[in-house]
Amino acid sequence: MKDNTVVRVCMGPAGIAAGGKAVLEAFRETLADRNIDAEVKEHCSSHQVGCLGLCARDVLVEIGRNGSKTSYQYVKPDMVGRIVAEHIVGGTPVKEWLVDETFDTFYRKQVKIVLADCGRVDPEDIDSYIAAGGYEPTREVLMTWIPDDVIEEIRMSGIRGRGGAGFPTGLKWELARRSKGDVKYVICNADEGDPGAFMDRAVIEGNPHSVIEGMLIGAFAIGANKGYVYIRAEYPLAVERLKLAIKQAYERRFLGRAIFNTQFSFDIEIRLGAGAFVCGEETALIASIEGERGMPRSKPPFPVNRGLWQRPTVINNVETLANVPYIIRKGWAWYASYGTEKSKGTKVFALTGKIRNQGLIEVPMGITLGEIIHEIGGGIEGNRALKAVQTGGPSGGCIPAGMLDLNVDYESLAKAGSIVGSGGMIVLDEDNCMVNMAKYFIQFTQAESCGKCVPCRVGTKRLLEILTRITEGQGKEGDIERLERLSRGVKTASLCGLGQTAPNPVLSNLRYFREEFETHIRDKKCPAKVCKKLLRYSILEEYCKGCGACMKACPADAISGDKKKPHRINPDRCIRCGACFEACKFKSVARD
Amino acid sequence: MIEELENILERYRKKGGNIIALLQDTQESLGYIPRMAVRFFSEELGIAASRFYGVATFYSQFRLKPVGRHKITACCGTACHVRGAEKIIGGLRKELALPAGEDTTPDGEFTLEEVACLGTCSFAPVVMVDGGVRGKTSADVIVKEIKAIRKKPDEG
Ligand SMILES: Cc1cc2nc3c(=O)[nH]c(=O)nc-3n(C[C@H](O)[C@H](O)[C@H](O)COP(=O)(O)O)c2cc1C
Ligand code: FES
Repeated sequence: MKDNTVVRVCMGPAGIAAGGKAVLEAFRETLADRNIDAEVKEHCSSHQVGCLGLCARDVLVEIGRNGSKTSYQYVKPDMVGRIVAEHIVGGTPVKEWLVDETFDTFYRKQVKIVLADCGRVDPEDIDSYIAAGGYEPTREVLMTWIPDDVIEEIRMSGIRGRGGAGFPTGLKWELARRSKGDVKYVICNADEGDPGAFMDRAVIEGNPHSVIEGMLIGAFAIGANKGYVYIRAEYPLAVERLKLAIKQAYERRFLGRAIFNTQFSFDIEIRLGAGAFVCGEETALIASIEGERGMPRSKPPFPVNRGLWQRPTVINNVETLANVPYIIRKGWAWYASYGTEKSKGTKVFALTGKIRNQGLIEVPMGITLGEIIHEIGGGIEGNRALKAVQTGGPSGGCIPAGMLDLNVDYESLAKAGSIVGSGGMIVLDEDNCMVNMAKYFIQFTQAESCGKCVPCRVGTKRLLEILTRITEGQGKEGDIERLERLSRGVKTASLCGLGQTAPNPVLSNLRYFREEFETHIRDKKCPAKVCKKLLRYSILEEYCKGCGACMKACPADAISGDKKKPHRINPDRCIRCGACFEACKFKSVARD
Repeated sequence: MIEELENILERYRKKGGNIIALLQDTQESLGYIPRMAVRFFSEELGIAASRFYGVATFYSQFRLKPVGRHKITACCGTACHVRGAEKIIGGLRKELALPAGEDTTPDGEFTLEEVACLGTCSFAPVVMVDGGVRGKTSADVIVKEIKAIRKKPDEG
């Protein structure tokens, strides 16, 4: 009897990073050596996203036998022999290498819509997508619907833009439809600028055809015949898969002229972003596609009226578009049954930082932050305490540990001083300094400010200077108030969303962690022990063995002492680099 | 080099003139945007050199100086930041003895590039060495790799 054994090895970027290729090869070889007829596949359905469900456990391997599935975590090539021998041949899984129980809780609270087919369909094979019902929504829409039906369906579903601002997608399409002009454009925003988020990358790598289909349906609704995908060059695999998907769609005549033998034609072109955060902003993105510096302009006129080459243009985020075919397929009422009254559907988050289960998650809007952190995320890593959860990246803010019962939806997060944003969710523990975090984000926005308007260009610079001096022990009385006043100014007076939101991380950290700023300024101390210049190093004589390791490590010749006798740090020479702290094996260097 | 630039120019003319694409092509084939390339395009197209530089300096992708033989890309995105990216970058700069404000070693062997997020945040902190991704890494691990690269006889 032919055994229908399938071995799935995670081969997304994280899987590859963890050595997925070697594991894949090892399985192929071992199985061939033993003449076992089993299929070895590159995608891991347990992940749901090519690779990205729980990539911190990579290399994840799933073994499917006669309908049942077993998953292994942290697989290395040298483990393959035993897995094959005991599990595939012997029929008993290798217990100690299986995924642990938190693996299940990771999935239990999730609802997969956008990510549902990721991992299930082969992103490089259009037939696999078609077999899963793909392009059927487009066919139905093109052949039997009128544009107004599409707009109505999307409007009723309640979906709001997933790129950050949360603008109702149906309304955006309606405005573009009503906008006068015979040439219109659809742009897919795949710039994914939030540093620390990878939802869009995962969607494109895992299910690129869903994005193409979203663009097709959107184009039909507004009356556009040309679309662009603006994607960051830092995502080579996503670019490659998208190119392949577009090529396959052309071959099947889902793109090009007379699609499904209707009057409708649609072309898609890819434009590579050249590395500028501000180009995620709509008007800057348009300038960039036109080949210029990505400088935003003031709105109105909005892109739906005057966008790319002055023509009406709809710009939607990857995740927004990827939802569209599923809404059409299952109906607006189904979609709207998830989420809260004003925030419908699901949202994909990139859960990272100091959390046990790092990875990509999709949850219904309105789930509590606590459910995400403790159940899906499996709690904080190590034995540290949760400090805060940062959402919305450089435009967002943080939610302190005490507010875990907060619902994750547009309204609740905004009320708490943060935003849903594009979906970055970074978990911070007590070892993270909130002043440093504020400085980190301002450093980012300051560097990424395009320089066109003064409040953003100069304001972020001044904010950065103040934050820098606070972290360096030069903070002055009144700096907190100065930060607040300046932040409000930058927010109100900046030209585009970058400047208008840049001070959010500062304001939010001040709102919840004011004492931490005060400690930095008044006591010149960093409670999280992050701000280097505020740390004092000394040697605990009772533990010091006089091994000399610290003396060797010190780049400033600040440590002296005889062999086998306690050493000393000369505070005047110490540059506070921490080299001695790391070099000491006996934990005899104190830091405070 | 001129031949390459002419090909790029031809593609530019065919595609309807997009400066970003032109510069991306140039960098793809030459590794950076040399001065003479800008002068060449500027003369051929009658577009002021400042427009090319305006675009080239706006986007972080473009380099005006040659890239080292080995490229190390350190992520300083948020997820990597909270897991110690600063320390890694500091450690690597020290190992490579990079002069302040420079990203390439004087001998042209190594370039240390900093990028905001490689999209493998669950593996933070992340560093790429010559295109290979190293996840959950540390300065020590990468420094070891740099030392190994230095020792290897030249393969280029
Ligand atoms: C500075 C800045 C950066 C942005 N970056 C992105 C981005 O990387 N991806 C994205 O989809 N939207 C980004 N946006 C939001 C877009 O301007 C726009 O609102 C969004 O793409 C619209 O699509 P949606 O309605 O589907 O969300 C950014 C906005 C600003 C102000
Ligand atoms: S933050 Fe480093 S890979 Fe995303």
